[in-house]
Amino acid sequence: MKRIFDLSFCHKIPLWGSMLILITVLTVSTSLIKEAYDILQDDLIIDAEKMSQSLIEHVFPAMLHDDTWRIFEIIRAPIDYQKKNSTSSLKLSTLLVIDNGLAVVACAYPKSAPLLTDMRLISEEYARLADFITTAGGDSTRKFIPPHAKHIFFTTPIIKENLHLGTLIIAYPEDVFWPRFTQILRHGLLAGSLLLCFLLPLNWYWGRRMAIPLVQLTERMGEMGKEWPESLNYTAYGHNDELGRLFEAYNQMLHERKTSDALASQIVQSERLAAVGQLAAGIAHEINNPLSGMLTAIDTLKCHGDLSPKSLKTIMLIERGLGHIKDTVGALLVEAKLKNRHLTPQDIADVLTLITPMADKKALHLAWQTSLNSEISLPSTFVRQIMINLLLNAIQAAEQQGDVAFAIEICEQRLKITVENSGKMLTNEQISHLFEPFSPLSEGGHGLGLWVTYQIVHQLGGSIVADRASSDHMRFALDLPLGIQS
Amino acid sequence: MKFSEYFIIRPPHASPRFKTAFWLWFTLCLISTNAKALTDVQPIRIGITPVIVHEQYELLNQWRSYLQNKLGVPVEFVSRDNYLETINLLKQRKLDFAWIADFPYVYLEHYHLVRLLVTPIYQGRPFYRAYLIVPSSDLLTRSLIELNGKVFAYVEFDSFSGYLIPRYQLQQAGIDSSKFFRKTFFTLSHRKVIEAVAHGLADGGMVDSFVWDALSKIHKDISDNTRIVAKSQEFGFPPIVAGSLVSRKKFSDMQRVLMEMTKDPEGIQLLKQLQLDKFGPPLPELYLDVKRIMIDFEDL
Repeated sequence: MKRIFDLSFCHKIPLWGSMLILITVLTVSTSLIKEAYDILQDDLIIDAEKMSQSLIEHVFPAMLHDDTWRIFEIIRAPIDYQKKNSTSSLKLSTLLVIDNGLAVVACAYPKSAPLLTDMRLISEEYARLADFITTAGGDSTRKFIPPHAKHIFFTTPIIKENLHLGTLIIAYPEDVFWPRFTQILRHGLLAGSLLLCFLLPLNWYWGRRMAIPLVQLTERMGEMGKEWPESLNYTAYGHNDELGRLFEAYNQMLHERKTSDALASQIVQSERLAAVGQLAAGIAHEINNPLSGMLTAIDTLKCHGDLSPKSLKTIMLIERGLGHIKDTVGALLVEAKLKNRHLTPQDIADVLTLITPMADKKALHLAWQTSLNSEISLPSTFVRQIMINLLLNAIQAAEQQGDVAFAIEICEQRLKITVENSGKMLTNEQISHLFEPFSPLSEGGHGLGLWVTYQIVHQLGGSIVADRASSDHMRFALDLPLGIQS
Repeated sequence: MKFSEYFIIRPPHASPRFKTAFWLWFTLCLISTNAKALTDVQPIRIGITPVIVHEQYELLNQWRSYLQNKLGVPVEFVSRDNYLETINLLKQRKLDFAWIADFPYVYLEHYHLVRLLVTPIYQGRPFYRAYLIVPSSDLLTRSLIELNGKVFAYVEFDSFSGYLIPRYQLQQAGIDSSKFFRKTFFTLSHRKVIEAVAHGLADGGMVDSFVWDALSKIHKDISDNTRIVAKSQEFGFPPIVAGSLVSRKKFSDMQRVLMEMTKDPEGIQLLKQLQLDKFGPPLPELYLDVKRIMIDFEDL
């Protein structure tokens, strides 16, 4: 029983509804059929009484004249009528007239009860009927059903002005009601079935319509502890009743929970990045001092030393490298404000030159697309670093002979850079920790590249997003507003 | 005053509307007088008794129309359920003609109340028999004598084949018919005797062979429930008689129309439905045997 009560509403509501409908239909049908049966019984008594009184009016004078044929004709008439009209309601078995000595005066079926036969000799039930007639008395129609009888008998004394000539017996078959009753039963069953055919599917539809939204709600509530469930579709239940309001409340709660969760994780991430930022700033300060010394020394060397062109080229390279270090350290230092030149198309070409050897090592298909043809107001150092970081990252992540695609364009006063690569795909969990420093996802690096990139992008007022471009391509898309100088 | 002024009916001096009404009234009076003269023609009344299957109402209606057309006067059939009523009607001169059984014919002819008009020809002969019948379930009975102590159905007191013959046969065997059967009852027609035997209400009965044969063609379901045990000798077929006061012309017209029924298809069809070959000339000698038996029974 408990298992039944534990069933899903999907089944329980239609089942209970169906059961209630069935019980109602059965109860109503049974009550109507019982009523019909009682009416049939009353009809039989009325039928027998009316027929008896009508027949006796004619039988009495015929008996007075000992007109056997006339008596036979009178009691035979209902039987002949019944034979001609198969639709006549209550079927008669036979009619019988007996005299005061219980001898047969006439029978509608004379072969079954020949003239002058003692009625006790006809059959056992007629013998019992004879006893009933001798003891019953009175002058009205009486009903008699002998035990285990095949007939229901109605006896009426043939009496006028105290002259008692005999008794009229009308016999109906014991199952006299059955044809009418089965007809009523058939009609009842048909009507009941039609009603059920209409009500059960309606109940089933209505029950499921009620249950499915509840089930959906329950499933989503159950999922809530593990992951964020989907919002409930209002079209599943489009009414503004308690259930509809429950849907609305659930969706609102879900939205609030998601917002609050996102905020919490943002706070956690900010705190984490802030802590890391302090550490990085400390290190950057320590690096900045010797770096400044080295740059001053190079300047001095360039001003005073006679350098061969080869040495000068090397020194220039060292100077640019140190400048790069300085800029990187500056990036780690949030408060670092380094003067920087604008980004030029040459910077893009430099980046391509720098990464091409690495791409070639893995025989990657490098797709390069740039629409930049003039200088733009963005710090070249930062943008170069971003591009190099992202491309190195992509080359590293791409498989042998994989694809790496780079695109840069100006669109609506914003610089948009997109880097795609084929290869191993990142999970949602990995993507959520991607921009943290010293990321365990970093293979062969310090894991600072994307963190630095993230810092730079934020400093420049832009945004960076990592997502899946397709089933086998990861994509980093960044967006920087023009005219920002760090 | 001129003569014409006394005898010419003239409307009163009144308005034209009143004159129109007067002439209309006068015309109607003339028409109604004429109509009364037409309806004064007395219809020919023919009595029908249960010697034939007289419940064939449609057939009787067709026959009535046929006779009416041929005779040119209205014809009325007067059906009675027993012979006695028909005999009384003939006695009271309320019937012109009647189709009656042998017993009433011999009786009425004896007192010169009727004259023989035609004798029906049945199966080529002007005779019929009495059939002793029992229920078809009774396979043992072979004669009337074996019905001792049984229930017997008679037609009526004035029936020759349905009452006199069985009693005559018992008398011939030296049996007192009043004590022979356990119970007897009257049904007032041959057909009903057949039905009483068929249903098993009576153990036996004696009926007109013509009625039994006719019934076996139109209601085989009834006759099949009976079995003919014995057939009597031949007797003159129940005749059609004319009342003693019927005019010679009416007598000869009716006799001619009946005897000429075989000359037109409608008449042939009616004879076929009546199960007869034709109506033949009167043969009073055919009924001598009946008369003899009646005299034996002191019915004459």
